[in-house]
Amino acid sequence: MKGYELGETAVGAAVGGERAVWAPHESLLGWVASVDHKQIGIMYMVAAFAFFGLGGIEALLLRIQLAVPHNNFLSPETFNELFTMHGTTMIFLVAMPLLTGFTVYLVPLMIGARDMAFPRLNAMSFWLQVFGGVMLYFSFFARGAPNAGWFSYAPLSESAYSFGSGQDYWILSLLVMGIGTVAGAINVIATVATLRVRAMTMRRLPLFVWMTFVNSFLMLMALPILNAALVMLLIDRQLHAHFFTPASGGSAILWQHYFWGFGHPEVYIVILPAFGMISEIIPVFARKPIFGYEFVAASTVAIAFLSFAVWAHHMFAVGLSDVFNLFFAVASMSIAVPTGVKVFNWTATLYGGRLRFTTAMMFALAFLVMFTIGGLSGVSFAVVPIDWQLTDTYYLVAHLHYVFFGGTVLASFAGIYYWFPKLTGRMLSESLGKWHFWLSFIGLNLTFFVQHVLGMMGMPRRVFTYPDLPYWGALNMLSTVGAFVLLAAVVVFAWNLGVSLKHGEEAGDNPWDAWTLEWATSSPPPVDNFTRVPPVRGRRPLWDLAHPELADELQGRAA
Amino acid sequence: MTALDTLNPMSPLAAAIAKLFAAVLVILGLIFALVAVLVVFAIVRYRERPGAQLPRQILGSDRLEIVWTAIPILLLAVIFVFTVKVMHAASPSAASRSPDLLVVGHQWWWEVNYLKSGVVTANELHLPIGQRVLIRLESADVIHDFWVPRLGRKLDAIPGHPGYLWLEADAPGVYLGACAEFCGAEHAWMRFEVVAQPPAQFAAWEQAQLAVPPVPRPAPALAGRKLFVARTCVNCHRFAGTSADRHVGPDLTHLADRRMLAGGAVANTPSTLAQWLKDPNSIKPDSHMPNFQLSDAEVAELAAYLESTK
Ligand code: HEC
Ligand SMILES: [Cu+2]
Repeated sequence: MKGYELGETAVGAAVGGERAVWAPHESLLGWVASVDHKQIGIMYMVAAFAFFGLGGIEALLLRIQLAVPHNNFLSPETFNELFTMHGTTMIFLVAMPLLTGFTVYLVPLMIGARDMAFPRLNAMSFWLQVFGGVMLYFSFFARGAPNAGWFSYAPLSESAYSFGSGQDYWILSLLVMGIGTVAGAINVIATVATLRVRAMTMRRLPLFVWMTFVNSFLMLMALPILNAALVMLLIDRQLHAHFFTPASGGSAILWQHYFWGFGHPEVYIVILPAFGMISEIIPVFARKPIFGYEFVAASTVAIAFLSFAVWAHHMFAVGLSDVFNLFFAVASMSIAVPTGVKVFNWTATLYGGRLRFTTAMMFALAFLVMFTIGGLSGVSFAVVPIDWQLTDTYYLVAHLHYVFFGGTVLASFAGIYYWFPKLTGRMLSESLGKWHFWLSFIGLNLTFFVQHVLGMMGMPRRVFTYPDLPYWGALNMLSTVGAFVLLAAVVVFAWNLGVSLKHGEEAGDNPWDAWTLEWATSSPPPVDNFTRVPPVRGRRPLWDLAHPELADELQGRAA
Repeated sequence: MTALDTLNPMSPLAAAIAKLFAAVLVILGLIFALVAVLVVFAIVRYRERPGAQLPRQILGSDRLEIVWTAIPILLLAVIFVFTVKVMHAASPSAASRSPDLLVVGHQWWWEVNYLKSGVVTANELHLPIGQRVLIRLESADVIHDFWVPRLGRKLDAIPGHPGYLWLEADAPGVYLGACAEFCGAEHAWMRFEVVAQPPAQFAAWEQAQLAVPPVPRPAPALAGRKLFVARTCVNCHRFAGTSADRHVGPDLTHLADRRMLAGGAVANTPSTLAQWLKDPNSIKPDSHMPNFQLSDAEVAELAAYLESTK
């Protein structure tokens, strides 16, 4: 079948002196000092996984406290610290670095480049991320972690109400990571804009690259809003300014505009790369090209633009004017349209295909269905009156977890099963993978589905305990049991990673018979990625080589 | 279904939302079912079978793209029309109407002022049924959120930004409310109750609340009154007929008539009241009410005084 043998040539050949500089060293120093996009990408993922463990433990503690009404397992202060850290961790220290890890690892390979446009800047972004994460967790040892929630509404986050230094650690660590993220975004944009291999036009770009490219513009515009607001809050707290302190003339609502001006694009920042992964994985295991490539790419651009015009749907309960609310209601409803286009295109890709249910594909299909739940429950928040009832309740908690867990996390699991062979040269165990999959799928639904119901019953979010009202105890207990099923899933996953890294089946260059360029080189790829990049004549270079008779270019559309 | 407060409305304001919510849930449920069925069907129908041919390489269909762009747009347009309608029904404009109540969120209790009659109370709001009252909502510290799921929308109480909210109940009953915006340590116990009563009962309640309690006769209550004034209670609380007139903590004049204590953390009984006075943190760990290290005798006297208004 393989029409093109590539990457099997030994790395040692050719290239010459430059290699010495770029060559990765397998020693610890080699990793720390690395500017190689593959090593940095892997380090991003490892760091994200470590923080995923911490954020997960925090979640379990929260769920134990909530298992029964009037529980005293955690003090209110501890509970509040833990949910603040859980949210901050999962967004800033897990979702962002994990997806960035995929991005910096895969983008250069997918476009046939040797590295990122600015390898050293890439390393800087990563180390700022690590530094920020460590600083955030150091707050536990320095008079207490932050406890004002991951969106730190003022004036609760001001020095009058949060007097520990935890809030300052929160500000500084997000600021440090924010700077790294902006640098990273510039790097991805420059890479995609300038380092594409010849003939890889924008219309031939793999969709993962499309989405991370668009996503980088989102980061570039959204993170500075947060960074500015963080500095203002820090000035308030440390130098006694009054940006967000109503008692002395500031505005509490201003913080919300800034935060969600960043925060809503952020929601898409942590889902677009996941969309990208799904857009790569589903076609490969359906043995068909993505349905409606142009529409999947264009809908991403539409989402990116719209995401800057929807922030105030987080603020419908503030009591701003009807006209204001309606503007944001329209924008928020509109964003459902391009998102729906994606879901339908992914589904259509399955039709007429020849589906192979690898673990990666199973996670991708679960993503499709679970993310749809999160996306649809999101629509109810665009309907202003429904939002007035359900915002800040467990219905919202359920919604956001279907988006982040059902969306980002499931897609990332799919991505890890799919690309692990490329990263390491070994396959993850498919049998452990099936366990991981089913435990995740059951745990996810058990934990979060019932939370919709709790929200509809009137349970507010972020309460450290609750009165013993009918069904509240039982539903919360179910949710807690679900969280432990998820724990089991993650343990199986970690076990799979550990065992497969040592003893996994050899992967070879292209175990899935995939068609984007990263599969045209060895697994793991050599330092400079490719000895020769295969010719790009369409969107699926390796497919075209394997099936010249069916090559995309012959069908006229995918020019 | 009865426990699903948001779908079990008790006022025209909440009913408007509940209807829309139910309709939207059905629409969303159908869309979900469609996607799920399509995916499951594909899984069953197109699974790889041994020896199968390579599938046809379909790139897309503009016609289908138009269909699944246009249909959601139409659907959303319809939902939008109802959004506008229900917004006006559930939260009518309050312009040119002076509020009936002033409700102030405090870390972690609700101050309730009846602006027309002058009644002041806390964590328990009485309403005459069938009458729509306008609440002016403020905050004394951080952002809180006033929410009674069965009676209607929630609204943030934001310092420096007063809000206006209608409240109405169709039938007599006790409706649970809660603070819905995270506001610090004891956010969970910033709950309250709305007691809806027939107008005559409500008027009687209002009269009773306005009564200034006489200086109590029995010895322990009288001693309690002295303690109340001597201890710093007066610096934080209001008690009609004494020098206590502050709103750092709840009005205590008719505390004995209230159903719950400390923002819903416990039922209001003589024993929980005594426990509260002895050690507020044993009931609500981070509450802003200090522990005065009172002796058991002092606690009994204070409790007798606070109960004497019953
Ligand atoms: C520093 C201000 C302060 C002082 C002084 C103070 N309290 Fe309080 N008190 C509060 C606050 C604040 C609350 C509300 C606590 C909560 O629910 O979170 C409260 C609540 C109460 C309650 C429960 C009211 C309710 O409706 O739940 C009682 C009873 C009470 N105080 C009695 C007293 C007595 C008696 C004294 C004097 C010995 C006293 N307080 C002194 C601040 C104070
Ligand atoms: Cu509150």
